[in-house]
Amino acid sequence: MTTVNLTMAIVLGGLYSAGFYLLMQRSLMRILLGIVIIGHGANLMLQLAGGPPGRPAMVGEAAPENMADPFPQAMALTAIVITFALTTFLLALAYRSWVLLGHDEVQDDVEDRRIRRMERRLAESEDDTESEATQ
Amino acid sequence: MLVLVLAHLLVAVALPFVAVRAMRLAFALAALPPAAALAWTLVHIGPVLRGREVVETLAWAPRIDLEIALRLDPLALAMTLLVSGVGALVLLYSRYYFGRDSPDGKRSAPLLLAFAGVMLGLVLADDLITLYVFWELTTICSFLLVGQAGISRESRRSALQALLVTTLGGLVMLLGFIVLGESAGTYRVSELVANPPRGAGVGVAAVLILVGAFTKSAQLPFHNWLPAAMVAPTPISAYLHAASMVKAGVFLVARLTPVFVGVTHWWVLTAVFGVTTMIVGGWRALHEYDLKKLLAYGTVSQLGFLMVLLGTGTRTAAVAGDSMLLAHGLFKAALFLVVGIVDHQAGTRDIRELSGLWKRLPWVAATATVAVVSMAGLPPAVGFLGKEAAFEAFLHGGLGSTVIEAGLLLGSVFTVAYSARLLWGAFADKPRQTTTEAIAAGAGLVLPAAVPAVAGIVLGVAYPITDDLSSAYADTYGTGADPYHLALWHGLNLPLLFSAIALAGGVALHAARERVTNLRARLPKPFTAQRAYERIMALLERTAVGVTGRIQVGSLPTYLGIILITVLVVPGSVLLTRASLPDAVPVWHRLLQIPLAVVILIAIAGVVRARRRLTAVVLVGVIGYGIGGLFIVDGGPDLALAQFLVETLTMVAFVFVLRRLPARFVQSEPAPGLRVPKVVIAVAGGVFMAVAALLFSSARQAPPTASRYYIAHAEEGAGATNVVNAIIVDFRALDTVGEIAVLAVAATGVASLVLATRYQRRRRRGPGRSGSAAKPTDRTTADDHDSRREEARE
Repeated sequence: MTTVNLTMAIVLGGLYSAGFYLLMQRSLMRILLGIVIIGHGANLMLQLAGGPPGRPAMVGEAAPENMADPFPQAMALTAIVITFALTTFLLALAYRSWVLLGHDEVQDDVEDRRIRRMERRLAESEDDTESEATQ
Repeated sequence: MLVLVLAHLLVAVALPFVAVRAMRLAFALAALPPAAALAWTLVHIGPVLRGREVVETLAWAPRIDLEIALRLDPLALAMTLLVSGVGALVLLYSRYYFGRDSPDGKRSAPLLLAFAGVMLGLVLADDLITLYVFWELTTICSFLLVGQAGISRESRRSALQALLVTTLGGLVMLLGFIVLGESAGTYRVSELVANPPRGAGVGVAAVLILVGAFTKSAQLPFHNWLPAAMVAPTPISAYLHAASMVKAGVFLVARLTPVFVGVTHWWVLTAVFGVTTMIVGGWRALHEYDLKKLLAYGTVSQLGFLMVLLGTGTRTAAVAGDSMLLAHGLFKAALFLVVGIVDHQAGTRDIRELSGLWKRLPWVAATATVAVVSMAGLPPAVGFLGKEAAFEAFLHGGLGSTVIEAGLLLGSVFTVAYSARLLWGAFADKPRQTTTEAIAAGAGLVLPAAVPAVAGIVLGVAYPITDDLSSAYADTYGTGADPYHLALWHGLNLPLLFSAIALAGGVALHAARERVTNLRARLPKPFTAQRAYERIMALLERTAVGVTGRIQVGSLPTYLGIILITVLVVPGSVLLTRASLPDAVPVWHRLLQIPLAVVILIAIAGVVRARRRLTAVVLVGVIGYGIGGLFIVDGGPDLALAQFLVETLTMVAFVFVLRRLPARFVQSEPAPGLRVPKVVIAVAGGVFMAVAALLFSSARQAPPTASRYYIAHAEEGAGATNVVNAIIVDFRALDTVGEIAVLAVAATGVASLVLATRYQRRRRRGPGRSGSAAKPTDRTTADDHDSRREEARE
């Protein structure tokens, strides 16, 4: 018996879709928003997977069998706080990037491109010397 | 035996410290372990030939049936004599060959000794995996010894070629070993020989293992690494690339032929490749001017010869193979050392520059002559015994044997011819050339060369001993009614005639050398194996660059897209094919979930489309509050509280930063071609997660034991009625400590990033005007305080 109902599944799908889409953008701010949204999705999923809705887990106010599972809640709570830490750090990074570069866009890795070009050149020169050597 | 192998390696480790101070002493020390191994082997000749083999095993990883198994049997005995005997001699020779301060010598002494150790392990190995480990270690030693300092481009290239070709073969061979070992149920060579496995796997294993043997023993078309490896100093060539390492391939064939005696393509492949290699190698040797290259091609040719003999799997061929193995090791080591002396004393080893050297180096010339007698297969050398046996082995048989016999005869003609070319080229008086100047060679150089040369003759004259050695191995194939025995005189018969033809043909070929050279010049140049190797390497490099260029584009969205696609393809395909959706999925659990879901979905649509930063941030806030609402509905008030708090704090932090940034996203819109794939990948990822959530949550049976325990013990154990709080601050307090640590690290990171900005601004504007610049920093620091407060709340 699944503990996630159809409505919640749709919400989860929507959260993750939007998160993934924003993650694939170039603006650091949008990437950050994507991470926040994926974080929301993950926390929600953690909580939903812990069982169907129930009474708050307060001893004495509800029978144990009617309680919502407290363990995933504790996990999700930790996750929420850590997502917050991550968010503020990335936010500071975006801010720093803006201060230094005047924009918060994630550029292509120049180093990767340079290595690629260099490898190309090396391969060509290897070819040349090899054909010389065999002649 | 293990102690002997270890002794080599331990002394090798200590040797660099000696070599720095006294190099000659280092080489003398290095010769000790091989000499000890030689002495130990000599002592064991008698017992081993009488059938008392020495076996040692050491459990290495017993749980996965890995063990080091060493075994001294007749074949290992012959190889050990060679490896240790030649090893000791080469090390003694190196003592005088390398200059006192030669850096090559300092490097080579420990490496040569280490090589002798692993080679000893290789020939003694009775376990396929042990054998493989030693096999690859010899490859690495060879790479280091050929490459030396790696200063010259040629040595780097040659070392790399030797490494790549032999490692490729080694890996294929490992595959073959595993197929063989798994189909037989044992990796012990002696057990495999006793009970040869059958089945389709064995046939495959045979081919895979032969690839390894062919690459290591420089068979066509993998032979080119061997002549290229001649850039190494001569003692190294003498030891690795003539006497021992290249023998590993033929040794492996000799080891495993009894196992594969029922597999037809085993001996067909060894025969075809061996005969071809023997002829082509001999032909190439006839045209070399560099004495070392000449010997290298001669080695290639002889290795082909050995491959044929040892792969055939008949007793006579095995007798021939085993004695030729010894003969070749002895004469080739001697000749390489002789060439080294010539090079050392005359300053060149080019045939065209050498003339009349026999007058300057008479003892060296005599040594060379003695060795060449064995190489050309003339009586009374051991090479003659081996060659006679080889001709005998293929005398009686069908068409295949006749073809092989003819091939061997042609190869022997070439062998005699290049033997003559070597002697003539190195020492003879040549017309219109002055006598080459050379410094007389000391006994320290000549003796190590003379010993194996003379040993070749001794083993020939004392042929009963050689016969005992070879027969002990060959008897694996059954003795039969009238077993062949090595002897100098079998009477007038066909093998003797063949030997005479080989001698006459070879001498004639040498006499007509100029015409032969002209003939070769007129032949169309074939597509050489070296070319093929270079083309393959160039292709490999281009492919690598192409793949790297396509995958490593440096764009973050592309990387994330690739990762997401991988997630979708790999677990996603399993999800699609293997999983079945749960039967009953309720649409909702609580009616309130529906309006909250609608709000969240609308906000999601808004965030994705938002152009203004603030709008997007506010909408994300809406999503966060919506989820907090869902938490309340679900029965998690603590969770909801944390969610509301954190969401508020996040919004505040965002707003502080947004104040500084432009109102709209500055991002240039992605090209329309890219937008659609991104949407598709993102939506597919979302659907995947939703389906996964449905499936995974249906695996839940009941509240887990841990939760029941927490509920039952919250009040008495933690003194709290709120179970979630009890878990966080008591039951799983360590998790919370970790979480606080994460917050502290993040706060430090944020503070340093922001403070760096403030510091820079202050420097730019001067100390007096820092007031306004400090503002955002203060606020973000306040934000840090917020996160600390968050911790305090916990």
